[in-house]
Order: sequence, then C-alpha cells, then structure tokens
Amino acid sequence: MIKTLIAGIILGVAAGGAGLYYLPAVDQYRERSMITVNPNGGNSEVFHVNIPMDRIMIGAPSQAAPLPVGLDWPGDAELQGLRVELFKLRNQKDAVVGVASRMAAGETGNIIEWVLHLPARGSLYVSMRPDAVEGGFRLGQLRAGTRDFDDMHGQLSERWVADSSGSEDAPAGRIELRTRIVALEEDIPEDVSQQVAEAEDS
Amino acid sequence: MIKHLVALILGLLIGLLLLAAALYYNPFSVENRLSPLSVTDNFVIKLNYSAVAADGLVYTNDGESQVDPHPAKVLQLWEPTIRQTSTMATTLTDSRGQLAGVGIKFSSRSEETSILDGQALVDSVWHIYMPGRGSVFVAQTENYWEYIREIVVPARWSSANNWRGTWRGNITSGPLALGTGRAVGGSGELDGIETEAVEALTAKAYSVEQGPVAMQGELSIEIPGAAVGDPVAAE
Repeated sequence: MIKTLIAGIILGVAAGGAGLYYLPAVDQYRERSMITVNPNGGNSEVFHVNIPMDRIMIGAPSQAAPLPVGLDWPGDAELQGLRVELFKLRNQKDAVVGVASRMAAGETGNIIEWVLHLPARGSLYVSMRPDAVEGGFRLGQLRAGTRDFDDMHGQLSERWVADSSGSEDAPAGRIELRTRIVALEEDIPEDVSQQVAEAEDS
Repeated sequence: MIKHLVALILGLLIGLLLLAAALYYNPFSVENRLSPLSVTDNFVIKLNYSAVAADGLVYTNDGESQVDPHPAKVLQLWEPTIRQTSTMATTLTDSRGQLAGVGIKFSSRSEETSILDGQALVDSVWHIYMPGRGSVFVAQTENYWEYIREIVVPARWSSANNWRGTWRGNITSGPLALGTGRAVGGSGELDGIETEAVEALTAKAYSVEQGPVAMQGELSIEIPGAAVGDPVAAE
C-alpha cells in the first residue's frame, strides 16, 4: 500500500505539472479579424464606436451630465483644455473587440490621440493631425504598437458617420476608425540581395 | 483493492499539494524589488496614483470580478473579448503630491502567463497626458506573481480575510531587456522620445472581498538626455 501511495504522489506531481504546462492559464476570446490586404502592401482594418452606447467615459470640465453618472472630474485649471473619452471598440461585424481612449488637449485642440487596446492582439498608439481633410476625415500617424502591432507603421483615420437608418434603437452615429498599417521594412541579407540581383540580370 | 484505491487517491492529493507548495515557496522565482531606473543618471518622471479603484476617476471590468467598478453605474466590460480586461482612469500626481496629469490604463490578462515559471502576467498600456509636458504612451508586461504570493494568498489564509503590512515591488517585467516597459512620447516636450518605464506598487492593506484597500502605484519614466536641473526635468 505504501508503494501505491508513493506512486500516487509521483503521479499527482506529474499530473499537476503537466496540467499547468499544457493547459493555458489564460485564454483570450478572439473575434475573427476582418483585415483587407491593400494592393500596394500592408493591410486595412475598420473599427467603429457606436455613439452613445459604447461611450464609457467623458472626462471634461463642466460637464452638465457627467458620464458615467457619479464621475467627479477634477476642476483643476491645468486640465481645462483636456477632454478624455473611453469607448468600447467594435469591428465591422459590430462585435466588441477592444477598448479605446481618445484624448484631445490644448486650447486649440492641437493634440488628439487614440489608444486602441485589443486584448487578444495588442495595442496601437496614434497621434492625429488636428485639422480634418476632405471628406470629414482626420488622419493620424501610428506612433507605437505592441504585440501583433509591434514594428508596424502606418495611419489611422477617424470620421463621424451619422446614422441614416432612422431606426428607433439605432445609435446617433458612429466614430469610424480605419487603420492602414504595414510591417517595417526588414533588412534583406546580402546573399539574398545578390541572388535577387542576379535573377533580375539573367 | 479499495485500500489501494484510497492510497492512490490520497497520494494524488498529496502530490498536488506538494507541487502547489513547491511553486509557492519556489526560491528560484525572481523577486524584482529594485527598479532598473534607480541607477540611471537621466532624469526620471515619477507619477503617483492610488491603486484603489474607488479613489480613481473611473474603474471598470466585467462587473463580476473581485474589485467593483467605480462609479457604480459605469459601463461594464462584459463582452467575451474584453471580459479579462480592466480599464482605469485616474489623476496622476508628482512626488510633491501636485497634480501632474491624467492617465488611462488598460490591463488584460496575458496568455503568456505560466504558473510553473512564477509568471502571473498582465499586458497593460498607459495613455497619459501631462499639462505643460505633453503626452506619453507606456506599454508593459506586468508580473503579479510576487504580489499574489506576498499579499493575496496570505490574505486568503488570514482568518479575517485580509492582509495588512508594507509591501513594495516592481510589477513591470518587460517587454524590454532589463525588465522595463516601453514608453513613447506623443506630443509636447516628450514628442518623439523612446524610452523606458517601470511601474511599482506599495501596498498596505488588502481585503479578499474588495481587493486593494490601501495601495499606491508609481510609474517612473526615464527621460533620455535630461539630467536633473534641465528644463525638461524641471517639475
């Protein structure tokens, strides 16, 4: 019986170790990515935020109706020109895929930034140009990315699209965010460059 | 036969307990209490915040976790893709306790978590605006293993279901080589900088029911090329 007990102990340690090794402690749920490959390289993806249902927070001074209810936004003079918003982020199928923050600061609103956080994929940090271009778009540059978006560069555009469905349950509109990103060019090894050059010559 | 079956089951349970004890008391799991930024010659911006959800501006999660969302009516992150994510908006103060800015922190449990390696990982990003200085983005991998081992487990073992004491530790464990986070400046005098950041927690009280009761966070961001006294370093 002692031998069985010892065998059980060894089996318990081994089974526990194997379980911890093979079974993931964290498993993030993934929605299928809806990426379009651009003909000139890179890829595009469109996200959106339904307004007002996806808005988590509006942090700005002197809000008549704070969002969320009970928010006590600081009234310090330094933060007078700042507007911070938090949103849920959706893909083209209208499924929530992440969360996002938008900050607008400066007396002339000259700082506008987005951070898109997609738990299963990574995050994007984008600085927008303050002026909108033709078509109501505002363009921004990807400044940093993490995990799937690490070592990428590209652009993000934002625009307001008012709802035209007329449906009673429809949102007032949506903020549409379109990414166009491409991997940073990698150094091509010299021997590969030579092979390519030789192939082109021949 | 039944005796052998009982012995086997008992052995299995003892084996699992031995494994749990070995992981908990594992002397090889790294204790990361000294910040790599503590030895830098460059100026370091230190931003402090309360890590207690109710002290911040907004805190939200799936609504079923240990820490309650704040304010109570904030939109909760219940959808499957964001259920393991929390979002916090908070004011940040400098080392003198003066308002230094506003920060948003998104934290998601990491799939790289490995209990066998003593890694309870969280992928997090900060989006920070500091009036007069500009904005900065901080991306980091955080390891809460020491926090769980030193605070959460003792609190659960305590008959009062809480923990009191003083614990300070760095939670940043990557992604950069020295175990630091990556910071990228976006505007103002921080525009274009790429540097390192480290986040630390100082805990004094923790409750099993509410989570952190008295806990401060400190985010340190190194400013390359700026020593104390430089215009960029002036607070």
